[in-house]
Amino acid sequence: MGLTGQFEANFITTTVDNAVNWARKGSLWPLTFGLACCAIEMMAAVASRYDIDRFGAGIFRGSPRQSDLMIVAGTVCRRMAPVIRKVYDQMPEPKYVISMGSCATSGNIYNSYAVVQGVDRFVPVDIYVPGCPPTPEALLEGILRLQDQIMKKKVFVAA
Amino acid sequence: MKIPIGMEDGQNHPIAQKIQTAYPAFYIGATLFRGDLSIHIKKEGVLPIGTFLRDDPALDFDYPIHISSVDDMGAQSQNDSNDRFEMVYEFFSIRKKHQVRVKARVSEQDCAIDSVTSIWKGANYQEREVYDMMGIKFNNHPELKRILLPDEYTEGYPLRKNFPVEGRGWRDTFEFLDQE
Repeated sequence: MGLTGQFEANFITTTVDNAVNWARKGSLWPLTFGLACCAIEMMAAVASRYDIDRFGAGIFRGSPRQSDLMIVAGTVCRRMAPVIRKVYDQMPEPKYVISMGSCATSGNIYNSYAVVQGVDRFVPVDIYVPGCPPTPEALLEGILRLQDQIMKKKVFVAA
Repeated sequence: MKIPIGMEDGQNHPIAQKIQTAYPAFYIGATLFRGDLSIHIKKEGVLPIGTFLRDDPALDFDYPIHISSVDDMGAQSQNDSNDRFEMVYEFFSIRKKHQVRVKARVSEQDCAIDSVTSIWKGANYQEREVYDMMGIKFNNHPELKRILLPDEYTEGYPLRKNFPVEGRGWRDTFEFLDQE
């Protein structure tokens, strides 16, 4: 970069992409969407021992309109599917989805008439966190991987 | 009636005796399994015997603990009446602290039984669940509609033995996606 090193010490130079993505990845406000036992691990990830807030993802919102990230934690029943889709549609862009655990990812052992075989059948998923249930560390790893993905995004350009 | 292997005849149990004396036409038999009494009755007798179980001061069954059903598809020949379904009622007396199980068989052709909601209001949702999952209809039920599955569900009754475990495509149909 041609400008690097030309200013006084309290200036840094970066790209717009980098600055915006840095801001986005550092304030991923999740939507509380616990559906089953995975939600317990999600709560553990929020509590003091694992402290999801270290990664800026600790402010759980009850409203999709204030959220950036939907963590689908648990078994997705078919009757819940329209609700998940509606809540996802209500979230403002940019929005991200983490499929937490085997059930949300693939239906797990629940090969049943009432269980959707993966939440990605009706909402786009960015990160799949494996496990049954995943440990809080696994969820944190998923959020870190999502932050890596966000840093690679191009902002202010048509997709 | 035939007493299944591992069970004892409950014929001499005082509750069974009482019901047999009061309603000999509806009474089929009784079994005991580790102290649990099951009384087998004809399905036409579920209302009179239910009223009797609740109102007789010595029985005083005021609490319907559980109402469920069994699909004996493929094993029907092992029971006396050769009917496919069996309704299972569990009643408890809070004051007398005793419990009884009442069973009545329902055929596939005439898949209906009288509702006991007129005797115990608590039977309402339990009978609706049986209707939802097994498709047994309840005569004179105040609100007989599906309780767990959506009203517009058309694939049948999931707990029947001939229902495919994966269903018939409902779980993969997302009609709300097409509306956008």
